[in-house]
Amino acid sequence: MKNFHVAIIGGGVIGSAIAWELSKYNLNIAVFEMGSDVCSGTSKANSGVIHSGINSASGSLKAKFCVEGNKLLRPLSDQLGFSINWTGKYVIAKNQNEEKELNKLIKVGKENNVPGLKILDGKELKKKEPKVPCHSALWVPNAGVMLPYEFTIVLAENAAINDTKFFLDTKVIDIKKEKDVFKIMTTKGNFSSNIVINAAGLNCRKIHSMLEKPDFKIYPCRGEYLILDKNYGNLINSMIYPVPPKELGVLGVHITPTVEGNILLGPSAEFVDDADDKKTTKDMMKLLLMEAKEIIPSIQNNSVIAAYSGTRCKLASPEEGGWADYKIYESKQNPGFISLAGIESPGLTAAPAIAKHIANMVSKKISFKPKNNFKTKKISKRFIDLKQGEQQKLIGKDKRWGRIICRCEHITEAEVINALSNPLGAKTLSAVKYRCRAGMGRCQGGFCTQHIIRIMEQEFKLKPEDIKLKSQESYLFLGRNREVKH
Amino acid sequence: MIQQNVDVAVIGAGPAGLAAAVSARKNGAKRVLILDRNNWRGGILPQCIHDGFGVEETGKSMTGPEYANMYVKMAEKQKIEFMLETMVLDLNKKLEITAVNKNGLHKIKAKSIVLAMGCREKTRWSIMIPGDRPSGIFTAGVAQTFINLYNILPGKNIVLLGSGDVGLIMARRLKFEGANVQGVVEILPFPSGLPRNVVQCLDDFDIPIYLNHTVTRIEGRQRLKSVTIAQVDENKDIIPGSERKIKCDTLLLSLGLIPENELPKNIGINLDEKTGGPIINQLYETNIPGVFACGNCLQVYDTVDALSKGASLAGKNAVKKIEKKEKEIEVRPGKNVRYVLPQKITQSGLVHFTLRVTKPDQSVNLKIKADKKEIFKKKQRWVNPANMMELDFELSDELFKSAKTMEVFLDE
Repeated sequence: MKNFHVAIIGGGVIGSAIAWELSKYNLNIAVFEMGSDVCSGTSKANSGVIHSGINSASGSLKAKFCVEGNKLLRPLSDQLGFSINWTGKYVIAKNQNEEKELNKLIKVGKENNVPGLKILDGKELKKKEPKVPCHSALWVPNAGVMLPYEFTIVLAENAAINDTKFFLDTKVIDIKKEKDVFKIMTTKGNFSSNIVINAAGLNCRKIHSMLEKPDFKIYPCRGEYLILDKNYGNLINSMIYPVPPKELGVLGVHITPTVEGNILLGPSAEFVDDADDKKTTKDMMKLLLMEAKEIIPSIQNNSVIAAYSGTRCKLASPEEGGWADYKIYESKQNPGFISLAGIESPGLTAAPAIAKHIANMVSKKISFKPKNNFKTKKISKRFIDLKQGEQQKLIGKDKRWGRIICRCEHITEAEVINALSNPLGAKTLSAVKYRCRAGMGRCQGGFCTQHIIRIMEQEFKLKPEDIKLKSQESYLFLGRNREVKH
Repeated sequence: MIQQNVDVAVIGAGPAGLAAAVSARKNGAKRVLILDRNNWRGGILPQCIHDGFGVEETGKSMTGPEYANMYVKMAEKQKIEFMLETMVLDLNKKLEITAVNKNGLHKIKAKSIVLAMGCREKTRWSIMIPGDRPSGIFTAGVAQTFINLYNILPGKNIVLLGSGDVGLIMARRLKFEGANVQGVVEILPFPSGLPRNVVQCLDDFDIPIYLNHTVTRIEGRQRLKSVTIAQVDENKDIIPGSERKIKCDTLLLSLGLIPENELPKNIGINLDEKTGGPIINQLYETNIPGVFACGNCLQVYDTVDALSKGASLAGKNAVKKIEKKEKEIEVRPGKNVRYVLPQKITQSGLVHFTLRVTKPDQSVNLKIKADKKEIFKKKQRWVNPANMMELDFELSDELFKSAKTMEVFLDE
């Protein structure tokens, strides 16, 4: 039975950030992820917003890690090459009454040392955001957007090239403490580890219960989104938020310009019983459009090109107001078992700071020192964004750079092959899409799917009937022709 | 950068591109080059293994591959050049094309360019079907690709949404493979595919069509498990209580086709909102001089025969020296006509109109008005939005000089 120093349960942004942080040191690390790729849950389906720290009360872990994470992200994006747009955000007040809420946000922001906050009147905002009518607005310069999946994947892949072992499609069935180690039973066999880190997101309570009775409950809160066509990308320049609604502990339906040039509307907030129920609904689609139109009246119904939903991991019920701080702690009963519970927004921003915090906790349990051969693999620019000379050079080296596979996003065969050669071993159609964008354009894979399947078959020896869309049972095809039996 | 000069550059080696190129050569173009991103010629036709292609044009019913092959042979005979596996990245108003393939980047300078990029299929999100996002949801054309070109079966227990021609053909094709085809769901009160396909693909195989119905929900967290269908009223609103869940592993979507026009948009070619294709004059020329458009990127055709006819005209005109345009008549769709091509007329002579009506009807008159005066009238026994109508009209010098606008419409 293989023993690890640290076993991380969950390959979301938190698990991946912790894995990467710890992979800088001479530790044996494992990540167990039940999805067929990292970033399969809440980390994938959110707004991708980098928060500044105006929304969480000073002294909370949410505020602390958000502000610290925000500072860490800039150098991190230079180091790893993931994209950030520091768009800033406006919180919009519709009237005098709502402006009072802006002042409350400023107060929290100042306590959290958020720089550059200022209030603009409706006329001033009109110059910056001509499509957004309002009474006044709070300008938050220190906020931005990124692609949550790009960020999570680059962290995980960098951890992997530094010898972190990723177990995909691997569900943890049980954990037992045996003397000094934890025995971890999974669908891919049994393992042991000195330290177990519970970063299982919506399943953190389930994992925690395997060892001891948790002192927290999870209240899954689904948020639906609508994506607008790139043709409407120039609707806004910065993120536009309403003043936060008083209930549910959420920030309200906001309008976000994504890194890729689309606009996001959402998220809704709906407490659900089943954390895995990530459906979208007609009612919420209507509601999102209605609420977004209250902010930008000129939004057209037919500009929507797709919908998705994600689920927040909340520790407070709607009756309690929906707001609770993160719970990040080592178990007293089972020393070496560290739980991260209730990591919802601003979790994406907080991830790098939380990872440093966890590394510090781990250092108190095991002595370790930095690796001298720590490697970094930066995300390379896409072929289509390169200068012609650079494009020519790549094709000269490898002809597959000259073959465009995804015509909507101009993704080359070489890029698809690189995506499929990822160090995590993720080989679903979605794994390709989230790594190189093939299939994410306006035809939604109509033209490139056949070419990607051909590459999977020829270069990676996968059988078409074994190829999946995104998860273990999401088979793309049901066999070969003339195989139906009666 | 590899540079070359050609007389006519054609973007797309589908049936439209092939017909345009052959016609350009026959009408005197010396160097005709076709660029295509795939490694085969014929566009979508190689996967259309059913017959019915070329009936109007040749009197013979061919399969898609046979029809494509007929034009490929003509193209080879005419010494038309091909650059395959080549993606056009950019084109500009000076008629220069930037393209990329395995040999590197290319700059192609042309005397005229024919756009023949074809179209793409509408997806689930074009009608925003709520629910889960499982595998097992395919557009009909993608399912056709896998089943006919790769011998891969997309599913075994099938529901189709939308009664476009590709969907109807696929219902029959899957039935041949032994799949359980449960029915075709269509939101309109009439099928959107050709009547002959409704008979030959559904009726002959006892596949039911549910008119005035739509899919309201998709369920399945991994592979598709079921869809919910419901009846709609005349405003396309769901009739409460009419919902019904159907267990299935595959949903095929045949919701219509969208002309592919990203390249033209970038250089300021004006598009028609109704057709989704460029606005053209009677020569198939766009508002950028020397750039012509044909095939499914111009308008979605229902038969390849009509498509090739239009493309041949575009190819022929692409060779001509275009005279300076002194005046322009604007052509508009009128009562019960959804769209009409060309949208502009810049000289007198023969005009080849193509148009679609808004709803099925019988015993009506197709009429043309020049400004306020009726100049043409033809009795139609029946009209159907699924059947594109063609009309050749001789525009006299006198009328061309006097008219400002023309309107094509249906009347009692």
